[in-house]
Amino acid sequence: MQQDEESNDNGLVSTRAADVVVALILIGLGALVVTDSLRLGIGWGEYGPKSGYFPFYTGLAIILASLGTIGVTLLRRGKAHGYFVSRGQVVHVLKVFVPSAVYVLLIGFIGIYVASAIFIAGFMRWIGRFRWLTIIVVSLAVPFCLFLMFEIWFKVPLPKGPLENLLGY
Amino acid sequence: MEALHSLIAGFGVLGDPMNIMYMFIGITLGVLIGVLPGLGGANGVAILLPLTFSMHPTSAIIMLSCIYWGALFGGAITSILFNIPGEPWSVATTFDGYPMAQQGRAGEALTAAFTSSFFGALFAVIILTFLAPVVASFALEFGPAELFAVQLLTFCSFVGLGKEPPLKTIASMMLGFALAAVGQDPTTGQLRMTFGWYELLHGFNFLIAVIGLFGIGEIMLTMEEGLAFKGRSAKINPRVVLQTWAILPRYWMTSLRGAIVGCWMGITPGGATPASFMSYGLAKRFSKRGENFGRGEIEGVVAPETAAHAAGTSALLPMLTLGIPGSPTAAVLLGGLLIWGLEPGPMLFVEQPDFVWGLIASMYIGNIAGLIVVLTTVPVFAAILRIPFSIIAPIIVTICAIGAYTVNNALLDISFMLIFGVVGYAFKKLHYPLAPLVLALVLGDMAESNFRNAMILSDGSLSIFWSNSLVSSICGLAIFMLLWPALAAGFQRLRRTMSHLPAQ
Repeated sequence: MQQDEESNDNGLVSTRAADVVVALILIGLGALVVTDSLRLGIGWGEYGPKSGYFPFYTGLAIILASLGTIGVTLLRRGKAHGYFVSRGQVVHVLKVFVPSAVYVLLIGFIGIYVASAIFIAGFMRWIGRFRWLTIIVVSLAVPFCLFLMFEIWFKVPLPKGPLENLLGY
Repeated sequence: MEALHSLIAGFGVLGDPMNIMYMFIGITLGVLIGVLPGLGGANGVAILLPLTFSMHPTSAIIMLSCIYWGALFGGAITSILFNIPGEPWSVATTFDGYPMAQQGRAGEALTAAFTSSFFGALFAVIILTFLAPVVASFALEFGPAELFAVQLLTFCSFVGLGKEPPLKTIASMMLGFALAAVGQDPTTGQLRMTFGWYELLHGFNFLIAVIGLFGIGEIMLTMEEGLAFKGRSAKINPRVVLQTWAILPRYWMTSLRGAIVGCWMGITPGGATPASFMSYGLAKRFSKRGENFGRGEIEGVVAPETAAHAAGTSALLPMLTLGIPGSPTAAVLLGGLLIWGLEPGPMLFVEQPDFVWGLIASMYIGNIAGLIVVLTTVPVFAAILRIPFSIIAPIIVTICAIGAYTVNNALLDISFMLIFGVVGYAFKKLHYPLAPLVLALVLGDMAESNFRNAMILSDGSLSIFWSNSLVSSICGLAIFMLLWPALAAGFQRLRRTMSHLPAQ
């Protein structure tokens, strides 16, 4: 395997590395599918093919295709591979991923409406640097409209927390 | 002639004013979804699907399919005014649409785009009206082996027609099948790949996957690029519209070619995106002004838009007649049919004629309604795009979370959505196609049970796939599609060595 000649300090992960890592993860998933199919039986049972019959081959195909991808990735020398992400891009992506993950966690504890208000307000303040007045108006109006639409109009209950209980919903 | 009678009965279904109202709601929502980043046709339909469970299936499918038409129209708005394709199939529209907007001809470009979209859709609906009943009655004779063969052909076509690396297409598709197998085996009742995790009993719902892959993944991609929407103003008035309509008939050949390419790519699951590129390429090659393409040539807007809309519409033909969706959005609609208790496939035409013909009739009216809605409301939607992304992004994440939750009323699904979002982001960046994954997830159980039933019929011998001329020709075509990338590469290498020979 050849070393990459160019070292761009902006790049964090090369496309080649990302390709190999994703293929390895897929191989792991494929192996899970194959082992569980073997447990269920991949042969012929009383009712025809056993439960593992079909998934076994899908798992096997994932493994073979991903091995092939790794092979192709490592053999492809000299061509421009480029970078999967740069440092700046990772920061941008994490700026949306981390708040979203916190938001998803919060939903379970304080309900989706309050969590949405906090999430939208936090995002607007942190990323958008809006004035507080704009933030308050948007972050209260959106959950309120959603509440009207789902709880009142469509009668689809969404996860609620202590605040909604307090208000009698 | 019978098709015409059924179609007239279908228009009768639309006589219900509620259905017309749902149609307009659907179109408007669809354009909005098509305009906003992170909300596309497939994802938008997936989020709204749970809200329609209580509706009558005919009304529900009319509304959802109108969302789809609306999204097809909406993609053109962002491409032309902002140089940001709202949908993958409108990438080719940016090539000439945005330069036109820069030259102050935005109104002309938008009118051309919408009108061509409309023409493409109309062409595809007419094809669908007359071809669908024929295909359906033909498919009534299909047994499990034939059904599996058709599904095999669908999946192999992704490998053969897709522009992504074939190995990655296979991996992505098989991952979809594996995810579809998670949960209780419908035949034996055994638990598969749940690893003692009770929540996985019912498996992964494809709606969660679609919302995560297309919604959250798209938001992360948009965020990564750092956001700056610099839009052109959208001035569109009746005079511009009429002037553009006066010159459009000149490009009838480009339109017709685009519509045919679109229908072909929509029925075989090539999809709207490659269809739009192919049509653009053909128009560039055959046009007298081909060298002007990319600098604001109206023909360069007409070609991809006609093809994309024709493909998007004709993708419903295999979905209705064979139960095989031609695009991710059609796959989500198919999932909806299953949830409403309708079995997609040829029997649908026999058992639910109201539903089928109501839907087909709604395609005619829906596209006319769509054309009117987009021509009159472009400035509103352009204004929505000027809202800063730091407001839009959290709202879209919120809507996606609600959409994921309402599928099964399960909190865990929202976390799965987030994980699928990361997968969607990584897959997009590494050129793993998402459409085969979604299609495999939707069709997985059906394909598996067809395969098993075929195996039971033949006592476990694969020879059943060669037992008659129909099934063997479908299987043969499927294998050809699967091997096509390897064959093409081999052929190219052969040609290269041949051309090198005289030099040596």
